Order: sequence, then C-alpha cells, then structure tokens
Amino acid sequence: MPLHSLLDGYETVSAIPNMVFCETQDKGVGVTDIAVHSSAMESAGSCDRTRALNAFKLGDRAFYWTTRISAMLVLTLLGGIIISLVVGSWPAIVEFGSSFLTTQRWAPSAEPPVLGALSPVYGTILTSVIAMMIAIPAGIGIAIFLTELCPLWARPPIGMAIELLAGIPSIIYGMWGFFILGPILANTVQPFFIDLFEGVPILGSIFGGPPSYLSLFNASLILAIMVLPFITAISRDVFATVPPVLKEAAYGVGCTTWEVVRHVVLPYTRVGVIGGAMLALGRALGETMAVTFIIGNSFRISPSIFAPGTTISAAIASEFAESDGLHQSSLMLLGLLLFVLTFFVLAAARLMLLRLEKKAGK
Amino acid sequence: MTVVAAGASGPALAVIDPDVPAKVAACNLNFYYGQHHALKNINLSIATNRVTAFIGPSGCGKSTLLRIFNRMYDLYPGQRVEGRVLLDNANILDPKLDLNLLRARVGMVFQKPTPFPMTIYENIAFGIRLYEKLSKSEMDGRVEKALRDGALWNEVKDKLNASGLSLSGGQQQRLCIARTVAVRPEVILFDEPCSALDPISTAKVEELIAELKTHYTIAIVTHNMQQAARVSDYTSFMYLGEMIEFGPTNKLFTSPSDRRTQDYITGRFG
Repeated sequence: MPLHSLLDGYETVSAIPNMVFCETQDKGVGVTDIAVHSSAMESAGSCDRTRALNAFKLGDRAFYWTTRISAMLVLTLLGGIIISLVVGSWPAIVEFGSSFLTTQRWAPSAEPPVLGALSPVYGTILTSVIAMMIAIPAGIGIAIFLTELCPLWARPPIGMAIELLAGIPSIIYGMWGFFILGPILANTVQPFFIDLFEGVPILGSIFGGPPSYLSLFNASLILAIMVLPFITAISRDVFATVPPVLKEAAYGVGCTTWEVVRHVVLPYTRVGVIGGAMLALGRALGETMAVTFIIGNSFRISPSIFAPGTTISAAIASEFAESDGLHQSSLMLLGLLLFVLTFFVLAAARLMLLRLEKKAGK
Repeated sequence: MTVVAAGASGPALAVIDPDVPAKVAACNLNFYYGQHHALKNINLSIATNRVTAFIGPSGCGKSTLLRIFNRMYDLYPGQRVEGRVLLDNANILDPKLDLNLLRARVGMVFQKPTPFPMTIYENIAFGIRLYEKLSKSEMDGRVEKALRDGALWNEVKDKLNASGLSLSGGQQQRLCIARTVAVRPEVILFDEPCSALDPISTAKVEELIAELKTHYTIAIVTHNMQQAARVSDYTSFMYLGEMIEFGPTNKLFTSPSDRRTQDYITGRFG
C-alpha cells in the first residue's frame, strides 16, 4: 500500500511528526512496513500529534501577534506625532491662519508678534533642491565609475571611503563647514560666480551680492556632501543587480559604455536609483545641525543664493529653547509644515515612478 | 573532406569546402581565463552564408570560442587571447580595432532572452539608432522589417509600445534575434539560443536560423545534437578546449573520423 494514500486527507505538517515517530521505532524496516505501522500507530500517536500541533499553533499565534503589534505600534506612533504636532501648533493656526504661509516677517518679540513661515519654507526647499542638483549627478556618476569603469583593485577602497562619509556625524559637517568650507567658499568660489554673472539679467541676481561665510549656497553644498553617500551606495548596489548578460547584449549591438549605462543600466535600475535619491532628499529636507551652523539664520528672503537664510529645521533648532507661547506654537507649526512637505515630496516621487513605468510600457 | 584538427598537430587552417569562401577564420587561437588555458590551438574557418555548429560537453570552450568572435571577452579583465581571428581577412584581435563597429558586424544572441528594459519598438530601434540617423517613417519600416525577419511581427504588431519584458520567453528570444538582425550584421553568433525555450519556440527559432543563413553567416553553440544536425551545414566537435573534429554536418554525424566524436554523438559521454 503506497505511503501517500494513507496520508491522504492529512496535512503534510500533521503527517511528519507521526512518521518520524514510526521511523525511530522501526529502524531498517521497508517503506511498506512503515506505512502499515504508521496506520496502526495513528490511534496510539494521536495524543502526541495533538500536542505537537498545539505547540505549532501557539507558536504561530505568538508570531502573528508579535508582528501585528509591531506594525500597529508604527501607526500609533505616527498618528500620535501628527496629533501632538497639530495640538501644539493650534494656537498659531488660529492666530495666523493661511497668512502664516505667505508672511516673510519673523518677529516673535514684536507687539503683537508677527510670525511667517515663508522664509524657512523657501530656504528648506531651495537648499534641498540645490543639494540634489549637485549630489544626484555626482552620486550616480561615482556609482557608475565604481561598477563599470573602475579597475577592480580600486573598487573596495573607494567604496569604503564613500560609506565612511555617511558615518560622519552631522555636527562635524557643521563645524567643518563653519570653520573651513565657509571661508574657502567666501574667498574663492563665491567671488568667482559673482564676477562671472555680473550684469547677466537673472543669473546676476541669483549669484549676486557680497560673498558670505554663512549662506544658503554653503548649506546646500554641505547638504550635498552629506547625502552623496546615500545616493552613491544605493545606486552602486542596484547597478550591481543588472544581469551581466543584459549588458553584454547591449555591448553586443555595438554600444559604448556610456550608451550601455544610459539606455540599459539606468532604465533597468531607475526605481532603485530614484528611491535612493528620495531617501537622500528626505534627509536633506530634515537635516538640522550642520545647516544651523552655516546657513546664517536670517529670515529675510534674498534673491541671491550667497545670502544668509534659514530652513525649517534650523529655525526650530536655534529658537526652540528660548521660546514660549505663540512663538513656540509657531515653531510647532513649522514642524508640521516640514512633515507635510516631506510627505508631498515622497508622494510626488511615487507618482513620478508610476509615470516612468507607464512610459516604459509596463 | 573532413579535416581533423586535434591539438598542435593540426593543419594551419581547417578549410572544409573550397567552393565556399571563409567569412571568419581562426588561426592558432589560444584563450586563457587567468591561468586557466581554456582554448588550445584552435584552427577553423566559418563559411560564408552557412551555419556552423559547435557541439561538445559543458566546459569544452564552445561559448568561449564564440565570445572571441565579437571580442565580448574584452569586457572582463584577466581574460586574454593569443593567435589571430580573421574577419574578411582582417585581424579582429588587433587592440586598435573599433569594438563598437566590430560588434555591429558580428551580432550575438544569448542563451537567455535579454530584451532591454524598453518598449518592443525601442528594443529594435535602439540598435539601429546607434549607427544610422533615420526619419520616423524609415525607422518604422526598419523596425517592421526586423520584426518580420525575426518572425515576430504578426504577434506584436498591435503592441509595439508594450514593454519588451511583457513577451513570453520564446517571443523575447525572437525579439533579441530581430534586434540583432536590425543592425544588419554580417555574422550572427548564437550562444545556445534555445536552451531556455519550449519545443515550439525552439522549432520557430530553428526555422528562423535556416532562413537567416541566406543573408548572414551563422555560428551556433548548442548542447542539443539533434539541433546541430538539423540546422547546421558544418559541425565542430570540441572537447576540453581542443577542436577534435570539424567537417560537414552529415559526415560528422554519420561517420566521424575521431573515436571521441563517435563516443560523444552516440551518447557514451558528455
């Protein structure tokens, strides 16, 4: 009698403990014998089997609830943070309403206080955009060099250096930016651009004004350096997932390395690369310490990127300690704005991915 | 006439049929993966507008040999070649050679289908665009022609803007063949093109190879001896990096001159 016909009707899991039990009992007996015995054992072994099954079920249930509670915890935390932000910022919302978004003036000690988020929001978006404009091409470029062009022996040291760059605490970037990078930029790079674009209609005012140790541009550059390792590491990892045969096929129709990267590697990995860029953008939007050091904390919006400015997180960090009442509530509202801003950025990224996929015909 | 080209004792060049000119000829070819000597003194010629098959057990160097003909090995450091490979009497192993042009002349179809991550239309147009500037209507014509050559047009003509990855495995492989043909190469290398395909797709690809040989010189590596017997005019049997025997396909399969060839084709090893 075949073994499987006896086991029909039982789930595989339930059959296994029984069979193991039989085999230890009758070592060296043929398959048919085992099968016959196992049917005879069913009544004797059913108690053991029930116990084993119950143990399985208990473990399963514990596992289910552990994972479920972990997932729910995240949602609870998220909801709690949103609620406390809204509650904390409610006085400011009532006082200023939508004018909070359009007011540039930030005068907490005026009578009555005038507080507007325009400058920090502008600074946050501008520094992040400039940082991404620098970091995305550079990061992807480094990743392409590391995976496609770099000689094998040089790959590990360069890759490790990039990863170490990610491990530098942001306060150190802040100090370095304040004491070293700022003066260098103010003495060389900024004057160069100011001279270069002097008199040019729009660029002249973007790259205008006096050079400054503390500016939006310096903060953007520091942000770019800080997010570069994210973009590089993620891009490098996803570039390595491109099947070699796909690249060979592209080389096989006569592509140059650049054409292979442009038309095969990047399209194949674009979801991962964009994901890395978004992660980097998320960090750039929220980065606090380094930016607070070098942005100058000025609430005046200037057309020049070499002028001091502020960002949402820098404003909160530098003022929260000595704030109270409406001022504190306004800082909370700034925090809520940052939250919403980040949410919209991530949503926009998702939308972009969907459209890209549609374009590729998926 | 069958020429046995075993090891260093073989003749300088194995010419099979004096009436058919050689498109590609390998002379004293040796290939190394680092220290490993993968191809030993290979001499052969691939006849113009004929199908030449390479058979032999796994690891015997068939694919390695094929990858020399379009210098695909160049992508990987540590792989090197000695000897000469002549394409229309010009040595393609010359380091100064323009690899992109060579690969346009010598196309390759791989073991697994490798459609690019773009639409079906773009998969074909991509290769053409690398070499020619065509108007939209000319390009449409070229894409249609290539897809017809790949025996795929009727199946995809209504969904040219779908992703190449949305096709079935057999269709993907024919898309890859169409893509290779679209660039108008002179030689097409097939590296086990049917090993990932079902029998019906395999039959289609084999039919396609038979049609393609009127315009192209074809070299095919296959594990399937029946396939070699069906599609090829000449067959080379390789074993442990050496070319054991090379001759007209019907001769090699019916009365091989070497004992090892006979053992292999009768299934005694491999």
